[in-house]
Amino acid sequence: MAEQSFDFQKNVDTALADTQLRANFAYAMSTLYQKRKAVFADKAETERLREIGNAVRQRALSKLPELLEKLEKKCTENGIQVHWAETTDEANRIILDIMNRHDAKRMAKGKSMVSEEMHLNKFLEEHGKEVMETDLGEYIIQLAGETPSHIIVPAVHKNKDQIARLFHEKIPGAPYTEKVEELNALARKTLREKFQHADIGLSGVNMAVAETGTLCLVENEGNGRMCTTVPPVHVAVMGLEKVVEKLSDVPPVLRLLTGSATGQIITTYFNMITTPRKPGEKDGPKEVHLVILDNGRSTILRDPELRQTLQCIRCGTCLNHCPVYTRIGGHAYGFVYPGPIGKILTPQMEGLEKTGGIVSASSLCNACEEVCPVKIPIPELIRRMRNESYDPKGTVSGHGYKWNLPEVLIWKAWALANRYPKLNELALKAGGLFGNRFPKIGPLRQWTRVRTAPRLSGKSLHEMVKAEGVDHE
Amino acid sequence: MDKRYPDKPDTVYFFGTCLVDAVYPEAGMAAIRLLQREGVRVVFPQNQSCCGQPAYNSGFPDEARAVARQQLDTFTRDYPIVVPSGSCAGMMKRHYPMLFAHDRDLNRIRAFSNRIFELTEFLVHSLKIELEDRGDPIHVTWHSSCHAAREMGVTEDSKYLVRQLQHVTLTELEKERECCGFGGTFAVKQPAISAAMVTDKIADIRSTGAARVLSGDCGCLMNITGAMEHGGVGIRGQHIAEFLWERTNG
Amino acid sequence: MSESARERIFSKLRPAVAAGRFDIPSPEPPPRPEWTRSEKVEKLKALMEAVRSEVHVVKADAWTDALKALARRRGFKTLLYAPGTPVGDAVKQAWSEGSGGLPALRTYEGTIENYKDTLFHDTDVGITSTRGGIAESGALILWPDAAEPRLMSLIPPIHIAVLEADKIYGTFIEAMEAMAWPEQMPTNALLISGPSKTADIEMTLAFGVHGPKELIVFILEP
Repeated sequence: MAEQSFDFQKNVDTALADTQLRANFAYAMSTLYQKRKAVFADKAETERLREIGNAVRQRALSKLPELLEKLEKKCTENGIQVHWAETTDEANRIILDIMNRHDAKRMAKGKSMVSEEMHLNKFLEEHGKEVMETDLGEYIIQLAGETPSHIIVPAVHKNKDQIARLFHEKIPGAPYTEKVEELNALARKTLREKFQHADIGLSGVNMAVAETGTLCLVENEGNGRMCTTVPPVHVAVMGLEKVVEKLSDVPPVLRLLTGSATGQIITTYFNMITTPRKPGEKDGPKEVHLVILDNGRSTILRDPELRQTLQCIRCGTCLNHCPVYTRIGGHAYGFVYPGPIGKILTPQMEGLEKTGGIVSASSLCNACEEVCPVKIPIPELIRRMRNESYDPKGTVSGHGYKWNLPEVLIWKAWALANRYPKLNELALKAGGLFGNRFPKIGPLRQWTRVRTAPRLSGKSLHEMVKAEGVDHE
Repeated sequence: MDKRYPDKPDTVYFFGTCLVDAVYPEAGMAAIRLLQREGVRVVFPQNQSCCGQPAYNSGFPDEARAVARQQLDTFTRDYPIVVPSGSCAGMMKRHYPMLFAHDRDLNRIRAFSNRIFELTEFLVHSLKIELEDRGDPIHVTWHSSCHAAREMGVTEDSKYLVRQLQHVTLTELEKERECCGFGGTFAVKQPAISAAMVTDKIADIRSTGAARVLSGDCGCLMNITGAMEHGGVGIRGQHIAEFLWERTNG
Repeated sequence: MSESARERIFSKLRPAVAAGRFDIPSPEPPPRPEWTRSEKVEKLKALMEAVRSEVHVVKADAWTDALKALARRRGFKTLLYAPGTPVGDAVKQAWSEGSGGLPALRTYEGTIENYKDTLFHDTDVGITSTRGGIAESGALILWPDAAEPRLMSLIPPIHIAVLEADKIYGTFIEAMEAMAWPEQMPTNALLISGPSKTADIEMTLAFGVHGPKELIVFILEP
């Protein structure tokens, strides 16, 4: 990933200049937008469901230590081995240890954003392991040597011509075809082979149920079921916030997740795993491991406002509805989680000084908040990130990194002018004197790149109402 | 969204907004005249300035609070406060209680926020205004600011007023709920993204075939008309108050 | 290392939660639809067909005839079934009454470790029972077990599932309650709504990317 040389502005310019990329995103996002709209047509019911989603997630967070302990206890009773990792490095090592213990060389991997957060593939490959992504989108970007550009549809930035060329070049013996059915068939053939010979399967976790120790996975392709059923060992990785209290919390969250992510009432498969293969059973992994990752989440939980970030169920609908994301795509954000949720999650995980640039990339249009299935007030939290950027006494890592005297003074002067009407009048008068011939520097230069400059009126409304004799009491 | 509207009052406050004050005062005057024509006394306190949103959205909450307090201390009587902007109204109605969440005066601030109304919703629901169109036929489209749509929920009220005018044809934008790329300081902090957004918005506006684009928010108007002018697009932008006054006063 | 990581994590989580300030709403649960059996059948059928499942509503005493007719028409070559289950036994019985033109019956021999090759490369169709269905979501409920292993419904290119109309529940939550899921979660519980699919290439829907290319459902009416 781009951690070292992360230059958001450069990424933005590159993305905006790529007309193919913009067309790919515009098409895909409007498709997902329409599909969600169709499945959540009943406004009142949708609102109720979102309220339930919010309650389920908040309740889980409010009892997080208790629920995680219960999850651990239940899983252990069920025969699932639970591991705790405070950092991504610890999580990677736990998984490598499990592989080494089984002398496992080949991993078949289902879709997992946490594993992306861990950069697991790179880590394992550096240790001589073969990692095969099996979700079609993840497979495509793995072949291309890229990272996901979307939480749900990782290869959404590529069109079928690009994928056709990629498959032809990278899959031995693959003929060139632009037919989607044939491209899928190529992937099926290649990956079925991999499932059959994998020594270990890896998956993410969409929800873990504390009450029963059950790991829930949502998918359409069946690769998740393959990874969690065919190889003799299954490792699931989850962020520690993904727990829910009870089995009865699952149906509303599932409904919200599939509806928000892809506009489906339900996905093809909802896979609930509670135990490894039991005696007498013919398939399923003999060992199941659950790796629970913190990576900064426990710190986020401390702040009553910021902890709402942890309500996220990773549906990606805020990306699909974001006017900024749909234009610059996921890679521009430079880190694993793009779009509106990325703007609040990434700085908390990676530090504002490194990632703060993305926080300015929001018009605060509130489209994300309107559709978030668990009602995370994303615009409020973006504002909070902006406050933290300038606040030397903030709490988010890297807070105050943007503090600078000129900008602080400008806002102080602005506040002063708007608190003392005489000053404001004077400022406007000064503006009027310049006769709209401000030099086009600073903000005005940016503004006038594609716009004419605003023309100050000769007379302010304050003056006009006075002249018209409007009451002022 | 809980919405309660007062019956037609004798007196209202008018909060002009900083942008109307400096760049679009005619829109403010038109709004005042519309209110007055309905028999309502309009009070415009001279100590008013800005709702505080620019600082609030830019990472300077203390400065935003200082400026917000200026308005709280200025609009002290319990008249409804009419605002010719969905965005500024949203700031004062939805965000002041959050901005002052830890303030001793929170109850007073909540009461203030409850008195905030966006112009078109107030004309429709409290004044039950009936408009008689005296203008020539014209084809227009409507641009809703994000905050008018999502914080104030007044888009339908605004369009209802336009539709009352019998010689006016209204064609809606294909992506009416998508941001135009203004976003206050966003437009200058992320100029390239903002430019991409306003370019798409203008394409949407052009494809309606409308001769004029109306809006209830001057920030969006400044962005859209500035970009149209820069790009040589011959479509005029106008604040709804000015348009309504122009069509019905003659 | 793992043990101390656990302690470190909990030592941060506990005070974070103890500080409180959660504002948890208490919304009403969603209404439960009151559908008759035939409404539930219709609803489930419509939703499953919309995601390209093939659904046949048949009389319970004639379902194997319908299966045989379908198998002959489609020219299936091999059929993996689960002996010792009601569905499996019915298949075996039906085949014993005349199997001309029918696929050869297969059973899951041994465990996946030694059955993998046959399962992946030489099995056309897998037939399984279901625990029920969910009308509101258009999904089947499967609880694979020792008799009916998990991969029977995943590896063969065609999955046939048998569902009793009486076991279609209105909603997922009703199914959970009626079957007391919290007390008896199986190794693996599945909801299945259609054949395997993806839209990862240009949002174009394509079926059978990893799992079955076809899902055929027999709904048995009394």
